Amino acid sequence: MEQSLIYIAGGILMGLGAIGSGVGIGILGGKYLEGVARQPELQPMLMTQLFISLALVDAVPIIAVGISLYMIFAA
Amino acid sequence: MATEYANSSEYIAHHLTNLTYGRFPDGTWGWAHGADDIASMGFYAIHVDTMFWSSFLGIIFLGIFTLAARSATAGVPGHLQNFCEYLVEFVEDNITQVFGTRPNAIIGPLSLTILVWVFLMNLMDLVPVDFIPYGAALAGIPYMKVVSTTDPNATLGMSIGVFFLVLYYNLKMKGPIGFGAGFFTHPIPSIWAAPFNLLLEIVDLIAKPLSHGLRLFGNLYAGEMIFILIALLYGGGIVLGLLGGVMQWAWAVFHILIIALQAFVFMILTIVYLTQAHEVHDDH
Repeated sequence: MEQSLIYIAGGILMGLGAIGSGVGIGILGGKYLEGVARQPELQPMLMTQLFISLALVDAVPIIAVGISLYMIFAA
Repeated sequence: MATEYANSSEYIAHHLTNLTYGRFPDGTWGWAHGADDIASMGFYAIHVDTMFWSSFLGIIFLGIFTLAARSATAGVPGHLQNFCEYLVEFVEDNITQVFGTRPNAIIGPLSLTILVWVFLMNLMDLVPVDFIPYGAALAGIPYMKVVSTTDPNATLGMSIGVFFLVLYYNLKMKGPIGFGAGFFTHPIPSIWAAPFNLLLEIVDLIAKPLSHGLRLFGNLYAGEMIFILIALLYGGGIVLGLLGGVMQWAWAVFHILIIALQAFVFMILTIVYLTQAHEVHDDH
Protein backbone atom coordinates (compact mmCIF):
# COMPACT_ATOMS: atom_id res chain seq x y z
CA MET A 1 0.00 0.00 0.00
CA GLU A 2 2.65 2.46 1.08
CA GLN A 3 4.88 1.74 -1.93
CA SER A 4 2.04 2.26 -4.39
CA LEU A 5 1.33 5.67 -2.85
CA ILE A 6 4.95 6.61 -3.53
CA TYR A 7 4.53 5.68 -7.19
CA ILE A 8 1.41 7.87 -7.44
CA ALA A 9 3.19 10.75 -5.68
CA GLY A 10 6.20 10.41 -7.98
CA GLY A 11 3.98 10.39 -11.03
CA ILE A 12 2.09 13.49 -9.95
CA LEU A 13 5.35 15.25 -9.05
CA MET A 14 6.85 14.61 -12.48
CA GLY A 15 3.62 15.31 -14.33
CA LEU A 16 2.99 18.73 -12.82
CA GLY A 17 6.67 19.62 -13.22
CA ALA A 18 6.44 18.63 -16.88
CA ILE A 19 3.41 20.89 -17.42
CA GLY A 20 5.27 23.85 -15.91
CA SER A 21 8.46 23.39 -17.86
CA GLY A 22 6.56 22.57 -21.06
CA VAL A 23 4.60 25.81 -21.01
CA GLY A 24 7.56 27.85 -19.81
CA ILE A 25 10.03 26.59 -22.37
CA GLY A 26 7.41 26.76 -25.09
CA ILE A 27 6.93 30.48 -24.49
CA LEU A 28 10.68 30.96 -24.09
CA GLY A 29 11.39 29.23 -27.42
CA GLY A 30 8.69 31.22 -29.16
CA LYS A 31 10.08 34.54 -27.93
CA TYR A 32 13.60 33.45 -28.88
CA LEU A 33 12.49 32.70 -32.44
CA GLU A 34 10.73 36.07 -32.64
CA GLY A 35 13.92 37.78 -31.45
CA VAL A 36 16.06 35.97 -34.02
CA ALA A 37 13.52 36.65 -36.76
CA ARG A 38 13.57 40.33 -35.89
CA GLN A 39 17.40 40.61 -35.74
CA PRO A 40 19.14 37.52 -37.20
CA GLU A 41 22.63 38.91 -36.54
CA LEU A 42 22.01 38.74 -32.76
CA GLN A 43 21.42 34.99 -32.97
CA PRO A 44 24.57 33.84 -31.09
CA MET A 45 24.05 36.22 -28.17
CA LEU A 46 20.33 35.38 -27.99
CA MET A 47 21.14 31.69 -27.98
CA THR A 48 23.37 32.08 -24.92
CA GLN A 49 20.61 33.96 -23.11
CA LEU A 50 18.14 31.30 -24.25
CA PHE A 51 20.21 28.51 -22.69
CA ILE A 52 20.70 30.41 -19.43
CA SER A 53 17.01 31.20 -18.99
CA LEU A 54 16.11 27.70 -20.22
CA ALA A 55 18.16 26.22 -17.39
CA LEU A 56 16.56 28.62 -14.89
CA VAL A 57 13.03 27.79 -16.10
CA ASP A 58 13.92 24.13 -16.01
CA ALA A 59 15.34 24.26 -12.49
CA VAL A 60 12.33 23.48 -10.33
CA PRO A 61 10.73 20.89 -12.63
CA ILE A 62 13.99 18.98 -12.95
CA ILE A 63 14.47 19.12 -9.18
CA ALA A 64 10.94 17.68 -8.89
CA VAL A 65 11.87 14.93 -11.37
CA GLY A 66 15.07 14.22 -9.44
CA ILE A 67 13.26 14.00 -6.11
CA SER A 68 10.45 11.83 -7.48
CA LEU A 69 12.94 9.41 -9.08
CA TYR A 70 14.82 9.33 -5.80
CA MET A 71 11.58 8.62 -3.95
CA ILE A 72 10.49 5.88 -6.34
CA PHE A 73 13.77 4.03 -6.71
CA ALA A 74 16.14 4.87 -3.94
CA ALA A 75 14.19 5.91 -0.84
CA MET B 1 29.59 -9.29 -4.32
CA ALA B 2 27.26 -11.18 -6.63
CA THR B 3 27.10 -9.54 -10.02
CA GLU B 4 23.83 -11.35 -10.81
CA TYR B 5 20.76 -9.46 -9.71
CA ALA B 6 17.51 -11.15 -8.67
CA ASN B 7 15.27 -8.52 -10.24
CA SER B 8 15.40 -5.10 -11.84
CA SER B 9 14.69 -3.10 -8.69
CA GLU B 10 17.63 -4.74 -6.94
CA TYR B 11 19.79 -3.83 -9.96
CA ILE B 12 18.60 -0.24 -9.79
CA ALA B 13 19.02 -0.10 -6.02
CA HIS B 14 22.57 -1.43 -6.33
CA HIS B 15 23.54 1.20 -8.87
CA LEU B 16 22.18 3.97 -6.69
CA THR B 17 23.96 3.19 -3.44
CA ASN B 18 27.28 4.82 -2.73
CA LEU B 19 30.36 3.10 -1.46
CA THR B 20 30.17 4.38 2.09
CA TYR B 21 32.56 4.27 5.01
CA GLY B 22 31.09 5.44 8.27
CA ARG B 23 30.30 4.93 11.92
CA PHE B 24 27.85 2.17 12.78
CA PRO B 25 25.29 2.82 15.55
CA ASP B 26 27.48 0.79 17.93
CA GLY B 27 30.38 3.20 17.36
CA THR B 28 32.68 1.06 15.20
CA TRP B 29 33.84 2.49 11.88
CA GLY B 30 33.54 0.27 8.81
CA TRP B 31 32.29 -0.21 5.26
CA ALA B 32 28.54 -0.15 4.81
CA HIS B 33 27.06 -3.28 3.27
CA GLY B 34 23.78 -1.91 2.02
CA ALA B 35 21.43 1.01 1.97
CA ASP B 36 20.08 0.22 5.45
CA ASP B 37 23.62 0.36 6.84
CA ILE B 38 24.10 3.77 5.29
CA ALA B 39 20.80 4.92 6.76
CA SER B 40 21.80 3.70 10.21
CA MET B 41 25.11 5.57 9.98
CA GLY B 42 23.34 8.88 9.62
CA PHE B 43 25.72 11.83 9.65
CA TYR B 44 28.98 9.95 10.01
CA ALA B 45 28.88 8.34 6.55
CA ILE B 46 31.46 9.31 3.93
CA HIS B 47 30.62 8.54 0.32
CA VAL B 48 34.05 7.28 -0.62
CA ASP B 49 33.31 6.86 -4.32
CA THR B 50 32.04 10.44 -4.66
CA MET B 51 35.07 11.76 -2.81
CA PHE B 52 37.42 9.62 -4.92
CA TRP B 53 36.00 10.48 -8.32
CA SER B 54 35.59 14.18 -7.64
CA SER B 55 39.12 14.61 -6.29
CA PHE B 56 40.52 12.36 -9.04
CA LEU B 57 38.89 14.56 -11.70
CA GLY B 58 39.93 17.70 -9.85
CA ILE B 59 43.55 16.56 -9.99
CA ILE B 60 43.18 15.84 -13.71
CA PHE B 61 41.79 19.36 -14.24
CA LEU B 62 44.64 20.94 -12.28
CA GLY B 63 47.18 18.77 -14.06
CA ILE B 64 45.98 19.72 -17.53
CA PHE B 65 45.97 23.42 -16.81
CA THR B 66 49.29 23.39 -14.94
CA LEU B 67 50.86 21.51 -17.84
CA ALA B 68 49.45 24.04 -20.29
CA ALA B 69 50.54 26.98 -18.16
CA ARG B 70 54.05 25.66 -17.73
CA SER B 71 54.55 24.93 -21.42
CA ALA B 72 52.91 28.17 -22.56
CA THR B 73 54.94 29.92 -25.29
CA ALA B 74 54.47 33.33 -26.84
CA GLY B 75 55.32 31.72 -30.18
CA VAL B 76 53.23 29.17 -32.04
CA PRO B 77 50.87 27.74 -29.38
CA GLY B 78 50.39 23.98 -29.18
CA HIS B 79 46.99 22.24 -29.13
CA LEU B 80 46.88 22.04 -25.34
CA GLN B 81 47.64 25.73 -24.99
CA ASN B 82 44.97 26.62 -27.56
CA PHE B 83 42.40 24.51 -25.74
CA CYS B 84 43.17 26.03 -22.34
CA GLU B 85 43.34 29.56 -23.72
CA TYR B 86 39.95 29.07 -25.37
CA LEU B 87 38.42 27.98 -22.06
CA VAL B 88 40.03 30.79 -20.08
CA GLU B 89 38.89 33.39 -22.62
CA PHE B 90 35.38 31.90 -22.64
CA VAL B 91 35.20 32.20 -18.84
CA GLU B 92 36.74 35.67 -18.95
CA ASP B 93 34.16 36.91 -21.47
CA ASN B 94 31.29 35.64 -19.32
CA ILE B 95 32.75 37.29 -16.25
CA THR B 96 33.27 40.68 -17.90
CA GLN B 97 29.75 40.56 -19.36
CA VAL B 98 28.09 39.92 -16.01
CA PHE B 99 30.51 40.95 -13.30
CA GLY B 100 32.37 43.71 -15.11
CA THR B 101 36.03 44.42 -14.64
CA ARG B 102 36.02 45.10 -10.91
CA PRO B 103 39.20 43.80 -9.24
CA ASN B 104 38.45 40.46 -7.62
CA ALA B 105 41.05 37.78 -7.00
CA ILE B 106 38.72 34.82 -6.60
CA ILE B 107 36.01 35.00 -9.25
CA GLY B 108 38.22 34.18 -12.24
CA PRO B 109 39.87 31.00 -10.97
CA LEU B 110 36.67 29.97 -9.18
CA SER B 111 34.57 30.20 -12.35
CA LEU B 112 37.12 28.34 -14.46
CA THR B 113 37.40 25.62 -11.81
CA ILE B 114 33.65 25.26 -11.50
CA LEU B 115 33.14 25.11 -15.27
CA VAL B 116 35.80 22.51 -16.03
CA TRP B 117 35.51 20.47 -12.83
CA VAL B 118 31.72 20.17 -12.92
CA PHE B 119 31.91 19.35 -16.64
CA LEU B 120 34.44 16.60 -15.96
CA MET B 121 32.32 15.15 -13.16
CA ASN B 122 29.26 15.24 -15.41
CA LEU B 123 31.22 13.68 -18.26
CA MET B 124 31.57 10.49 -16.23
CA ASP B 125 27.84 10.03 -16.79
CA LEU B 126 28.52 9.11 -20.43
CA VAL B 127 30.55 6.08 -19.37
CA PRO B 128 28.17 3.11 -19.79
CA VAL B 129 26.50 2.36 -16.49
CA ASP B 130 28.00 -1.05 -15.85
CA PHE B 131 31.58 -0.61 -17.00
CA ILE B 132 33.21 0.72 -13.84
CA PRO B 133 30.81 -0.75 -11.21
CA TYR B 134 31.30 -4.23 -12.78
CA GLY B 135 35.07 -3.80 -12.74
CA ALA B 136 34.86 -2.61 -9.14
CA ALA B 137 32.67 -5.60 -8.24
CA LEU B 138 35.34 -7.91 -9.67
CA ALA B 139 37.91 -6.10 -7.59
CA GLY B 140 35.75 -6.70 -4.54
CA ILE B 141 34.33 -3.21 -4.18
CA PRO B 142 30.58 -3.77 -3.71
CA TYR B 143 29.17 -0.40 -4.74
CA MET B 144 30.51 2.28 -7.09
CA LYS B 145 28.67 5.39 -8.18
CA VAL B 146 30.91 6.96 -10.80
CA VAL B 147 29.16 10.30 -11.35
CA SER B 148 29.84 12.39 -8.26
CA THR B 149 27.35 15.11 -9.23
CA THR B 150 24.53 12.61 -8.74
CA ASP B 151 25.32 12.78 -5.05
CA PRO B 152 23.46 15.72 -3.45
CA ASN B 153 26.24 16.07 -0.91
CA ALA B 154 28.68 16.99 -3.67
CA THR B 155 26.47 19.49 -5.52
CA LEU B 156 25.08 21.09 -2.37
CA GLY B 157 28.60 21.19 -0.95
CA MET B 158 29.71 23.29 -3.91
CA SER B 159 26.66 25.54 -3.81
CA ILE B 160 27.01 26.10 -0.06
CA GLY B 161 30.68 26.95 -0.64
CA VAL B 162 29.56 29.59 -3.14
CA PHE B 163 26.92 30.73 -0.63
CA PHE B 164 29.58 31.38 2.05
CA LEU B 165 31.57 33.34 -0.53
CA VAL B 166 28.46 35.41 -1.33
CA LEU B 167 27.94 36.14 2.37
CA TYR B 168 31.61 37.11 2.72
CA TYR B 169 31.45 39.55 -0.18
CA ASN B 170 28.11 40.95 0.96
CA LEU B 171 29.58 41.74 4.36
CA LYS B 172 32.82 43.03 2.85
CA MET B 173 31.20 45.25 0.23
CA LYS B 174 28.10 46.49 2.03
CA GLY B 175 29.29 46.14 5.62
CA PRO B 176 27.20 44.37 8.29
CA ILE B 177 24.81 47.34 8.70
CA GLY B 178 24.32 47.81 4.95
CA PHE B 179 23.84 44.09 4.44
CA GLY B 180 21.48 43.80 7.41
CA ALA B 181 19.49 46.87 6.38
CA GLY B 182 19.06 45.37 2.95
CA PHE B 183 16.80 42.69 4.44
CA PHE B 184 14.29 45.26 5.58
CA THR B 185 14.37 47.72 2.70
CA HIS B 186 14.40 45.42 -0.34
CA PRO B 187 12.34 45.01 -2.49
CA ILE B 188 9.71 47.44 -1.20
CA PRO B 189 11.47 50.52 0.20
CA SER B 190 8.67 51.69 2.53
CA ILE B 191 9.07 51.16 6.31
CA TRP B 192 5.67 49.52 6.64
CA ALA B 193 6.72 46.69 4.35
CA ALA B 194 9.74 45.72 6.53
CA PRO B 195 8.41 42.35 7.90
CA PHE B 196 7.15 41.39 4.45
CA ASN B 197 10.54 42.37 3.00
CA LEU B 198 12.37 40.34 5.62
CA LEU B 199 10.35 37.24 4.78
CA LEU B 200 10.99 37.68 1.06
CA GLU B 201 14.70 38.34 1.47
CA ILE B 202 15.26 35.38 3.81
CA VAL B 203 13.47 33.00 1.41
CA ASP B 204 15.45 34.44 -1.49
CA LEU B 205 18.74 34.09 0.40
CA ILE B 206 18.08 30.43 1.24
CA ALA B 207 16.54 29.48 -2.11
CA LYS B 208 19.58 30.56 -4.10
CA PRO B 209 22.14 27.97 -2.89
CA LEU B 210 19.46 25.29 -2.57
CA SER B 211 18.20 25.64 -6.14
CA HIS B 212 21.78 26.19 -7.35
CA GLY B 213 22.95 22.82 -6.02
CA LEU B 214 19.74 20.82 -6.48
CA ARG B 215 19.40 21.87 -10.13
CA LEU B 216 22.73 20.22 -10.97
CA PHE B 217 21.84 17.19 -8.83
CA GLY B 218 18.35 16.84 -10.37
CA ASN B 219 19.61 16.99 -13.94
CA LEU B 220 22.42 14.48 -13.47
CA TYR B 221 20.42 12.15 -11.25
CA ALA B 222 17.54 11.99 -13.76
CA GLY B 223 20.04 11.50 -16.58
CA GLU B 224 21.83 8.66 -14.80
CA MET B 225 18.52 7.08 -13.79
CA ILE B 226 17.49 6.91 -17.45
CA PHE B 227 20.85 5.37 -18.34
CA ILE B 228 20.25 2.72 -15.67
CA LEU B 229 16.75 2.02 -16.94
CA ILE B 230 18.08 1.69 -20.49
CA ALA B 231 20.78 -0.64 -19.22
CA LEU B 232 18.01 -2.87 -17.87
CA LEU B 233 16.94 -3.49 -21.47
CA TYR B 234 20.15 -5.34 -22.21
CA GLY B 235 19.04 -8.21 -20.04
CA GLY B 236 15.86 -8.76 -22.10
CA GLY B 237 17.03 -10.75 -25.12
CA ILE B 238 18.45 -9.68 -28.50
CA VAL B 239 15.63 -7.44 -29.74
CA LEU B 240 15.37 -5.45 -26.51
CA GLY B 241 19.16 -5.36 -26.34
CA LEU B 242 19.39 -3.70 -29.75
CA LEU B 243 16.64 -1.30 -28.81
CA GLY B 244 18.55 -0.54 -25.61
CA GLY B 245 21.71 0.14 -27.62
CA VAL B 246 19.93 2.62 -29.88
CA MET B 247 18.27 4.36 -26.94
CA GLN B 248 21.53 4.53 -24.97
CA TRP B 249 23.25 6.13 -27.99
CA ALA B 250 20.38 8.61 -28.47
CA TRP B 251 20.18 9.55 -24.80
CA ALA B 252 23.97 9.89 -24.53
CA VAL B 253 24.06 12.29 -27.50
CA PHE B 254 21.29 14.39 -25.96
CA HIS B 255 22.96 14.14 -22.56
CA ILE B 256 26.15 15.76 -23.91
CA LEU B 257 24.17 18.99 -24.23
CA ILE B 258 22.77 18.63 -20.69
CA ILE B 259 26.22 18.01 -19.22
CA ALA B 260 27.78 21.07 -20.85
CA LEU B 261 24.74 23.24 -20.19
CA GLN B 262 24.52 22.39 -16.49
CA ALA B 263 28.22 23.05 -15.94
CA PHE B 264 27.89 26.37 -17.80
CA VAL B 265 24.77 27.37 -15.86
CA PHE B 266 26.39 26.45 -12.54
CA MET B 267 29.28 28.78 -13.40
CA ILE B 268 27.07 31.60 -14.69
CA LEU B 269 24.92 31.52 -11.56
CA THR B 270 28.01 31.61 -9.38
CA ILE B 271 29.11 34.75 -11.23
CA VAL B 272 25.63 36.26 -11.01
CA TYR B 273 25.36 35.60 -7.28
CA LEU B 274 28.81 37.10 -6.68
CA THR B 275 27.82 40.12 -8.78
CA GLN B 276 24.71 40.58 -6.69
CA ALA B 277 26.87 40.43 -3.59
CA HIS B 278 28.95 43.30 -4.97
CA GLU B 279 25.96 45.48 -5.87
CA VAL B 280 26.37 48.57 -3.64
CA HIS B 281 23.61 50.84 -4.90
CA ASP B 282 22.21 53.15 -2.25
CA ASP B 283 19.33 54.28 -4.40
CA HIS B 284 17.13 55.46 -1.57
